[in-house]
Amino acid sequence: MNEILVTEHVRYSVWILYAILTFLTFLAFGMKLRKKNVENFLIRLKTFWKIVIFLTIAFSFNFVTTVVLLAFISYLALKEYFSMIPTRHADRRALFWAYLSIPVQFYFIYIGWLNMFYLLIPLYLFLLVPARMAIVGETKDFLKSCASIHWGLMVCVYALGYVCAYFIQDFKVPLPHGALGCVLYILYLTIFNDFMQYVFGKSFGKHAITPKVSPHKTWEGFIGGVLSTGLISLWAAPFLTPLSAGEGFIVGIGLACCGFLGDIVMSSLKRDLGIKDTGTILPGHGGILDRVDSLIFTAPLFFHYISYFYD
Amino acid sequence: MNISKYLFFAGIVRPFINLVMGVSVHGGEHLPLSGPAILVANHNSHLDTLVLMSLYSSAKIVHIHPMAAADYFCNTPFKRFIFQKLIGIIPLKRNPFLQMHQDIFMEAKKALKKKEILIIFPEGTRGNSSRLQDFKTGIAHLTQSFPKVPVIPIFIHGTEKSLPKNEGIFVPFITDVYIGKPLFHTKEDNKKWTLILQGNVKQLQEQFLKDHPALNA
Repeated sequence: MNEILVTEHVRYSVWILYAILTFLTFLAFGMKLRKKNVENFLIRLKTFWKIVIFLTIAFSFNFVTTVVLLAFISYLALKEYFSMIPTRHADRRALFWAYLSIPVQFYFIYIGWLNMFYLLIPLYLFLLVPARMAIVGETKDFLKSCASIHWGLMVCVYALGYVCAYFIQDFKVPLPHGALGCVLYILYLTIFNDFMQYVFGKSFGKHAITPKVSPHKTWEGFIGGVLSTGLISLWAAPFLTPLSAGEGFIVGIGLACCGFLGDIVMSSLKRDLGIKDTGTILPGHGGILDRVDSLIFTAPLFFHYISYFYD
Repeated sequence: MNISKYLFFAGIVRPFINLVMGVSVHGGEHLPLSGPAILVANHNSHLDTLVLMSLYSSAKIVHIHPMAAADYFCNTPFKRFIFQKLIGIIPLKRNPFLQMHQDIFMEAKKALKKKEILIIFPEGTRGNSSRLQDFKTGIAHLTQSFPKVPVIPIFIHGTEKSLPKNEGIFVPFITDVYIGKPLFHTKEDNKKWTLILQGNVKQLQEQFLKDHPALNA
């Protein structure tokens, strides 16, 4: 339980990731030597290295490290969310309890109490937050505050917590490459999808898919991203998860679509608040929520997919 | 060098401000790397001082001194230890009688001559987040004898949400720090110059509101 199973395939996939990053770093420095303007790319790359190293540490030791570091990410995300939305002075107590739910939620993950993981945020915090606010007694904008605090908890604590949930689910058919295989599969696929949608959108993008939310998201980018994610999943799914290649292709396409939905949901929120990025903690990328927007859709959905079909 | 101040900031304050709270800096290129300089900001929370000091590395923090009211921060031996030893404030005697008979900025002037960095909150006291209070002219009186010392206007948002006046519990919020271009004391009349300085901080506040239209400061 406390040990994280690291199989050959998992290790290979991490080496590949590091090889790609190293290659990109050399490429960027090479271009810099030729006096090309790669400053922004370098900043993004540097942040990307930091994220990858952070996650490598999170998954390399034991489950305690994983839980603690992911709880910390969840905390940073929630803090970012509460800092960008308007909050009332009267909400301070409720926000305090919202923050406290993070250690509790991740403790339940640590002891492997899956049912409590499912219930804490959607049920107990759903009841606690408005109750605490009602005791304070400020009724102006009550519903708005309840709803927005709970939305943040669902995104930053509940959905992100699913990254850890793979480790505590008792699959009857054992996962061939461990829970870590599935987690890495979902992380790689989500990042790859974001990247490919961007690349295809940038190269061929013409027809806006959601003109009101973001003019940069196009049908060309969406279709190119979804298809290439499906194709990479053809190989990655059997390599890291119990899925077969054909199933992997279909699931990859499904996850790419869900990742896209997560992306436009976060974009809509940003548009509503009138901001460009959710934060500044990841130079070149924006905030944490900018980075995990697709993951909040893909991680829970893939978890329930394999729980349903492989349990 | 003040070892206890260094350890206090390296071990407790900076990790707390940077990891637990989080600071988002805009215009960091205007921050002077070495003294003498004066940082001027709006003041809504006790955290303001710690946030501004934590913009610097712990080694540099020992050269930064917030100016603070002696009657509030140095009225007991315990407070004197915390605020003078660990934070390194320069106490300011807010007594009108004293102000007539001696130079209350003597300590501050000494520090500027030693190339230290001062932090001054010209609103005088912690106020309301959405409204800047009128700046007191003390800062102009101090800088008129230092026309070459840069005065850096700063707007802080978020600390008053984390730890407002008269509130016991701390609730984490990311703090936004907007740093403006340095300003120098000109031959302007002190009252006028203070208004110019206040206008610069106000501009930074407007910039913040433009970047975050949903937060009505």
